Amino acid sequence: MTNNTVLKLNGLAKRFGTVVANEDVNLTLAKGEVLALLGENGAGKTTLMNMLFGHYLPDAGTVEVADADGTLHPLALGHPQAALAAGVGMVHQHFALAENINALDNITLGSEPLLAVRRDRRAAQRKVQEIMARSGLTAPLDVAVGRLSVGERQRVEILKALYRDARILVLDEPTAVLTPQEADTLFANIKAMTADGLSVIFISHKLREVLAFSDRIAVLRHGRKVGEMPTSEADEATIARMMVGADTPKVARQVATPGAPVLTLRDVSLAGRSKRDTLRSINLTVHAHEILGVAGISGNGQSGLANLVSGLAVPTSGTLCVDTTEITRPSPAAMVAAGIGRIPEDRHHEGIVGGMSVAENMVIERLDDPAIQSHGLLRRDAIQDNATALAQAYDVRGPGVKASARLLSGGNIQKLILARVFEQSPRLILANQPTRGLDMGAAAEVGRRLLEARSRGAGVLLISEDLDEILGLADRVMVIRDGALLEAGTQDRGKIGLMMAGEPA
Amino acid sequence: MMDLLNILLSESFWAASLRIATPLIFGVLGALICERAGVLNLGIEGIFVVGAMCGWMAVWLGAGLWGGVIVAALSGGVFGLLHAILTVPLGLSQHVSGLGITLFATSVSYFTYRTALPNVSSPPRIEPFQPLDVPLLSDLPFLGPVLFQQTALTWLALLLVALVWYVMNRSALGVALKAVGDNPDSVDAQGLSVYALRIWAIVAGSALMALGGAFLTMSAFDAFFFGMVNGRGWVCIALVIFASWRPGKALLGALLFGAFDALQVRLQTEMGALVPGQVFLMAPYILSIIALVIAARSADYPRALLTPWFKGQR
Repeated sequence: MTNNTVLKLNGLAKRFGTVVANEDVNLTLAKGEVLALLGENGAGKTTLMNMLFGHYLPDAGTVEVADADGTLHPLALGHPQAALAAGVGMVHQHFALAENINALDNITLGSEPLLAVRRDRRAAQRKVQEIMARSGLTAPLDVAVGRLSVGERQRVEILKALYRDARILVLDEPTAVLTPQEADTLFANIKAMTADGLSVIFISHKLREVLAFSDRIAVLRHGRKVGEMPTSEADEATIARMMVGADTPKVARQVATPGAPVLTLRDVSLAGRSKRDTLRSINLTVHAHEILGVAGISGNGQSGLANLVSGLAVPTSGTLCVDTTEITRPSPAAMVAAGIGRIPEDRHHEGIVGGMSVAENMVIERLDDPAIQSHGLLRRDAIQDNATALAQAYDVRGPGVKASARLLSGGNIQKLILARVFEQSPRLILANQPTRGLDMGAAAEVGRRLLEARSRGAGVLLISEDLDEILGLADRVMVIRDGALLEAGTQDRGKIGLMMAGEPA
Repeated sequence: MMDLLNILLSESFWAASLRIATPLIFGVLGALICERAGVLNLGIEGIFVVGAMCGWMAVWLGAGLWGGVIVAALSGGVFGLLHAILTVPLGLSQHVSGLGITLFATSVSYFTYRTALPNVSSPPRIEPFQPLDVPLLSDLPFLGPVLFQQTALTWLALLLVALVWYVMNRSALGVALKAVGDNPDSVDAQGLSVYALRIWAIVAGSALMALGGAFLTMSAFDAFFFGMVNGRGWVCIALVIFASWRPGKALLGALLFGAFDALQVRLQTEMGALVPGQVFLMAPYILSIIALVIAARSADYPRALLTPWFKGQR
């Protein structure tokens, strides 16, 4: 290696119990380089970066970081303080920000002596403002972070690292919460900073941005590095194959003619407690044989829409019809009875009862079915047989149908929910963020099942913050913003992105 | 009606309010520091008892009044450290640990007292803190008797309000404390120790709680009785919420409670013939519940309160 190297990971390994998170990972980073770290969920990307930053202590391996003169020094592992001092800054996927203090305090936290009687806030503020001017990243400094937008919070996170004079910046899924336009701006800023000698590692699953913005790509699978290449030599198919170890199951879709309306919302408003569950006079129709995709940035009324359709919220005004019947007294039970199947956003808390068995969770929405209970007593054998059959049909893997549902992995919990919902042959399926946090294989399975339901004649209301997912599955796209629902009338990524951000297309 | 007005305008009423509020000021500041760092300390009631007993006993054994204050604070810090170890690195339930500390600390105090003084029928007395008669200022009309004839411990409590306010709002330590109670990951990611911050916050907060107890035996009274703390710790836990975890409002809450209490004593003597005395005894607590209901609805809880944090688990 030339003396241009700023970071070397040598044979890093980490186990959690019997699970191997990382095994023998070697990685180098050159000065001014943008390295994309790719891999499926659970491939070990975040664990690897957490070892570099000192959140985790590796079981084996060493890390070397270059000082300002370019000489490599071994890094003391297991101490974020040491990583910060060596010039490594990390922006976590779940922001590590205190919301009750302002941005400036978040940025300077830990860099001042705690027991000092006086703080030099002016000097700190000057330094941050100078960094903001240089990097193009701006955020209000004197407002409590809890009141900042997601994009602003992320910029505060990056400013935190730059304030500590980071020469190496690690970004864990930086664009997961941003609009396409915000993401592009972020990468433009990063490009500008690498010209000044900053080196960047970013974790992502989004192939599009990886190909557009990185210099080099490293792929992890099952905790090991399985490939590395300059971005100029990479294409989507090659990377995807490396990530999953085989060709991705391509979601096949047939053309379908929409049938009669199965869900109609007319001028429905919902007075929610916050922006995320407030709806303003929305109109929407989902037809049979149709997947309607609702795109939007997190927190723009998606929760309200999902609660409404699943019967958890009662509209303030307007009418809600399933098929041609108006639902006058919405409740979760009424919605299930009307033939609505629900795939909730928070599958761990709203989708399953973690302490109950897999088998029980599979019948939890039809406990009054005579096949499941007689005279108020559950028919354990029938429940057991039902679960065994469904687990097989939907490939739910785990420690068995008698085990607690919480022991399943996220992907298998989602398969359990799919099995429960699809077995009832619902008229309408409400799928809220159905593939969030799933790996490619499991996500493709969800997509396949939704398309299958569509060809069977069900309508699907797909709410997602992942535009790629919507564009891949939906027959028609609507955009939700600020509680209002607009017809997109296009499948064009750029135009939809602008509508999501609230700018005229 | 005239009677009520006369009471509210009297110097002695306000002086009594401040006196009654003093132990609550110590306690509510202590609870505030713990909770700002993200840990509920229900050991407060027992730590009051420990502070009351240890402070008094140190003086009785000849340590001097300020020596007693220091011993009380240290004893509170020791029980705080126990709570901190159980709840911070071990991550046990803060409710269970806190209630355990209260039961344990109370029993240990009674046990020590009984063992040291097996055969006394009337509790031995010490020479308590005397009112500080500040020359000139204490002669001011109204303000003089109310403010400038209190004991040194009341002054210490008021001084601590200002100190805690300064630390919370103006110092790097305060920023770190607030951050660790809101999102410990933010503190960890910046290279500070979540454990150290929380443990020291609980130790310091518990030391303040113990001073509240010490005020009872070394300033309000001159001896130690069983049951003398009488729920003051629990009142402080409620007052912290009323105060939205702010030192200034904590002082206000403690003074309000003190005023209610002082008022009920006076109303009992004025109107005892008409209304049973128990009604007045209830009044401060009922009024604090009402105040709490109003204030707590908009309370902005430290987000990480009650949530244990473990290093290496993100």
